[in-house]
Amino acid sequence: MTSFAELLGGFGTVLTPENLLFAIVGVTLGTLVGVLPGIGPAVTIALLLPVTYNFESPIPAFIMFAGIYYGAMYGGSTTSILLNTPGESASVATAIEGHEMAKRGQARAALATAAIGSFVAALISTVLLALVAKPIGHLAVSFRATDYFALMILALVTVTSLVGSSLVRGMAALLLGVIIGFIGLDSQSGQARFTFDSPALFNGVDVVLLIIGLFAIGETLYVLVKGRTRPGVVQPLEPVKGGFMWLNKEQWRRSWGPWLRGAGFGFPFGVLPSGGAELPTFLSYSYEKQRSRGKDEFGKGAIEGVAGPEAANNASFSGVLVPLLTLGLPTSATAAVLLAAFKIFNLQPGPQLFETESDLVWALIASLFVGNVMLLALNLPLIRLWVKVLEIPRPALYAGILVFATLGIYAVSGAITDILIAYAIGIIGFFMRQFDFPIAPTILGAILGPELELQFRRALKISDGDLSVFVSRPLSLSILVLAALALALPYLPKLIAILRGRPAEGSKISFADED
Amino acid sequence: MTQRGMTPQPPPTIVVGYIPNELGAAAVRTAIAEARLRGGFVHVVNASRGESYVDRHLADADELNELDRLLSDSGVPHQVVQRVGLAEPAAEILDAARETSAVLVVIGLRHRTPVGKLLLGSTAQRILLDAPCPVLAVKA
Repeated sequence: MTSFAELLGGFGTVLTPENLLFAIVGVTLGTLVGVLPGIGPAVTIALLLPVTYNFESPIPAFIMFAGIYYGAMYGGSTTSILLNTPGESASVATAIEGHEMAKRGQARAALATAAIGSFVAALISTVLLALVAKPIGHLAVSFRATDYFALMILALVTVTSLVGSSLVRGMAALLLGVIIGFIGLDSQSGQARFTFDSPALFNGVDVVLLIIGLFAIGETLYVLVKGRTRPGVVQPLEPVKGGFMWLNKEQWRRSWGPWLRGAGFGFPFGVLPSGGAELPTFLSYSYEKQRSRGKDEFGKGAIEGVAGPEAANNASFSGVLVPLLTLGLPTSATAAVLLAAFKIFNLQPGPQLFETESDLVWALIASLFVGNVMLLALNLPLIRLWVKVLEIPRPALYAGILVFATLGIYAVSGAITDILIAYAIGIIGFFMRQFDFPIAPTILGAILGPELELQFRRALKISDGDLSVFVSRPLSLSILVLAALALALPYLPKLIAILRGRPAEGSKISFADED
Repeated sequence: MTQRGMTPQPPPTIVVGYIPNELGAAAVRTAIAEARLRGGFVHVVNASRGESYVDRHLADADELNELDRLLSDSGVPHQVVQRVGLAEPAAEILDAARETSAVLVVIGLRHRTPVGKLLLGSTAQRILLDAPCPVLAVKA
């Protein structure tokens, strides 16, 4: 019952005028960037990190960041449904069914089932987060260095194998990230690594620099090179036909099952290191499609195909927070940015966080509830306003992002060198996009690489340099075996097809990695 | 103009800057009326810079069909050109006027706030000032 009391305390923190204001700013900004294709929650939070440096308390900052993430999810579904361009990568499934619904004059129903489903799933998954976070935190106290090492390997491998179109490219991106993470003076021996004898690099490359460079500057260059494209057509909203919250009885009946199942997919796959929201979204869509066997409405605007994936999409965020808060283990690009934010405020996510910073943790969890209520209230009535964002000319939009990015970096460090480093990273990010390399593994590699090394050394120190320590403890060994299996995960459908003696179709499951 | 045994002149061309709203429709209707008086040819231009994800000034398939019906019903010889992502709409309309040696350019005009003009420039102003022929501005 103590969790419940602490959660109420969290609500007490969030429901102050100042924190509510930050929540509103967060959800509004989040929706705006969610609506825009190509700009995701990870880069928005990274751009806003420098703004929060002067905050006295981390609580308003994290309330705002949580709002941004959820706002981006709601906004992304709006673009998917009305424009057929997914506003962010986890909305791809919605773009199929939702846009078909909009074309058949059911745009309002599609938007409503996405928003209400997101809301329902967020509530369920946040309750689950509140329930499991503390027990997992207690469990994590018994984890040893080898277990942490194995967990990080698992997180890196699954994300790398799931995002992007090829495993080799993912691995290359991961390696690049780890190398960037190692730049600077080694914390134990004091030896300079990858610094090219330049004192400017002795402190390493700040993760914020890396994220702003790869996402904001890289994306800007990419959009610049792509140039002009034919504008899309926004499907008009049909007149309101009655029903409760734009859904009639039949649509409510068909939606609630997928919502609950979507939340069921989203939360556990968010907890597992699977790269964020894309995998559960995809699974929910496939499952709803399977269930609907006989009805060939799928592909032509089935409401289940919007309700399920959108719910899964939102539920996964609360799931992602579980390893982030209890183990300090980010499993998606957004989580990596949040981890960077924790570091800025000198907070170390992990088992102790619930003891030392319980105010912050419970305020964050409570803000997830509050943010979703706000989004449900804001999203549907203001649809026309969100769509207007898509009419902003890209040159103006990306010029603004570039200014914000440059100012932000300068505000953090006050060093021109850092701006140059960020732009150099941006050029790397541009080529990675151009040649289809995923970005998320690089970011996770840069953040987890040094941690991985730390735990590796710690484990070896305890074992007196005996490498077998990683395979002698059953927990570490089984996690490492899981990591090895995860490499084969994207090829699973192909393997099954071959085993059943059928010709394999498609190559590999892959997901975009914008968040 | 009288013609004494010379080759027949091509009909004078009227260029219309079209956007899919009542402003554009008013411009097209005026152009049709002018074309009837002058025995002219209506050349409709619909252009977008292609710099945003959505551009309300770009006509979609339905709107193009409707435009085509309006023109066909009028019986005036006509042509509709849609150009995306090549130049500013004003430049596209001016180019069309020069290429067809237009006798008249018809555009729709509306009130703009000073801030609106500052932010988005003014297609109408450029056409009014730079057109090689008289410009007829129509208010919806």
